[in-house]
Amino acid sequence: MAKIIGSVTTSHVPAIGGAIAKNRQSDAYWKPFFDGFPPVRRWVDEARPDVAVVIYNDHGLNFFLDKMPTFAVGAAAEYRSTDEGWGIPTMPPFAGELDLSWHLIESLVGEEFDITTCQEMVVDHAFTLPMALLWPDQRWPVKVVPVCINTVQFPLPSAARCFRLGEAIGRAVRSWDSDGKVLIVGTGGLSHQLDGQRAGFINKDFDLQFIESLIADPKWATRYSIHELVRLTGTQGVELVMWLAARGALGEAVRKVHANYHIPISNTAAGLVALEAAA
Amino acid sequence: MATGPHSDEIPGTQLFDGRMARKGYALNKMCYSFNDAANREAFKRDEDAYCTRFGLNDEQRAAIKARNVLALLAAGGNVYYLAKFAGIFGLDVQDIGAQQTGMTKDQFKAKLVAAGG
Repeated sequence: MAKIIGSVTTSHVPAIGGAIAKNRQSDAYWKPFFDGFPPVRRWVDEARPDVAVVIYNDHGLNFFLDKMPTFAVGAAAEYRSTDEGWGIPTMPPFAGELDLSWHLIESLVGEEFDITTCQEMVVDHAFTLPMALLWPDQRWPVKVVPVCINTVQFPLPSAARCFRLGEAIGRAVRSWDSDGKVLIVGTGGLSHQLDGQRAGFINKDFDLQFIESLIADPKWATRYSIHELVRLTGTQGVELVMWLAARGALGEAVRKVHANYHIPISNTAAGLVALEAAA
Repeated sequence: MATGPHSDEIPGTQLFDGRMARKGYALNKMCYSFNDAANREAFKRDEDAYCTRFGLNDEQRAAIKARNVLALLAAGGNVYYLAKFAGIFGLDVQDIGAQQTGMTKDQFKAKLVAAGG
C-alpha cells in the first residue's frame, strides 16, 4: 500500500511568483521567506515522493460563481497553469496521478464526502507556487492530485470538516494499492486580509499558536467557527483550513522537520511547516 | 445565540456570502473574464460597452469607473475577481489595501511591517 511521508504547508502569496521570475530570492525583503525552504527541500529530496496531493483553494481561475464546489478533486492526466489576469508567469504543466485521483474519489465519496470530480482543471498560484518553492527548477519529479476547497464564497466548510476531509484523504492514500510515496501539500494563509477597511489585518499571536498546535494538538483550531477564524485571522486567513486538511491526513504522531514564519510578504503573514509522518 | 444578521459583525469586513454573490454576479462575471488578455484589451478599448455586455447595474458601473475598491465590494464584488480588474491597471493587493484603508502605499506597507513587531 502507498505511504504518506509527511506534509508541507506553506503560504501561496502571488507576489512570490514575481520574486521567483525576477530572481529576487536573496533580496533583503524576500530572503527571510525563501530561506525557510532549503531545509524543507532537503527533507523532500531525501524522502523522494512519487506523488503530491495538493490541497489548495482556487481564486477564480478554474471555478467561477456559476458552479462553486465546496470540495473538488482533480482527475485529469495533466493540469496547466494559465493567465490569472494580473501577470505572474505560468509554469510547466503538471502530470496527474490518475489512479490515485480515482481511488481518492471512490474512497472519499464512500466516506460521505460529496466531492466534485474534475477531468479538466486549470491550477492557479495557490497550486503552482508551493510546487515551485519545493522544486525551484520546475521539473516536477512528482505526479499530482489537486484537492480544491472553496474559500471564495461563504458559507465555507468548517475547520473541523476540513480536518476530517484530511483524515479521509489520509485513509484513502494509505489504502491505495501502490508502493508509491505520497507528500501532502497544503497551501494558503496564514493571517491576512485583502478586502475591506480591515485590509492589512495580521494576527501574529494566533498564527504562532496555530503553527505550534499542528505538532501535538492538531485539532486545536477546529474549535473555531469560520466566522471566528475570519475575525481572528482575516478574510483570507481562513485559508488555514487547507493546513488543517493536510495535517489531518498525517495521523496522530508527527515529527517537525522545519518551520518558518515571517511578516510580511505582500499583505500576508507567511508560514511554512514541514512535518514527517510517523512510520 | 446570535439574534440578528448584524449581531456578530467583524469591523471593516464584509463576508462574500450568498447575498453578495447574488448582488455581484454580473460584476464578478465581468472581472472573471479578465483572466483572458483579449478581454482585458476589449475592456480597455471601450469600458462602457464592456460593462453593458455583462449587464452591470448603475452602482457597479460607477464603482468600475471610479476604480473604487470599497464601492466595488459594496456593489457585490469579490476580492479575487476584483484583483483581476485591478491587474489591468498594474495595481497589486498593497495598492488596493492602501486605497481601502485611506493610507499611502508606503504607510500601508509600514503597517504590515509593524504587525511583525
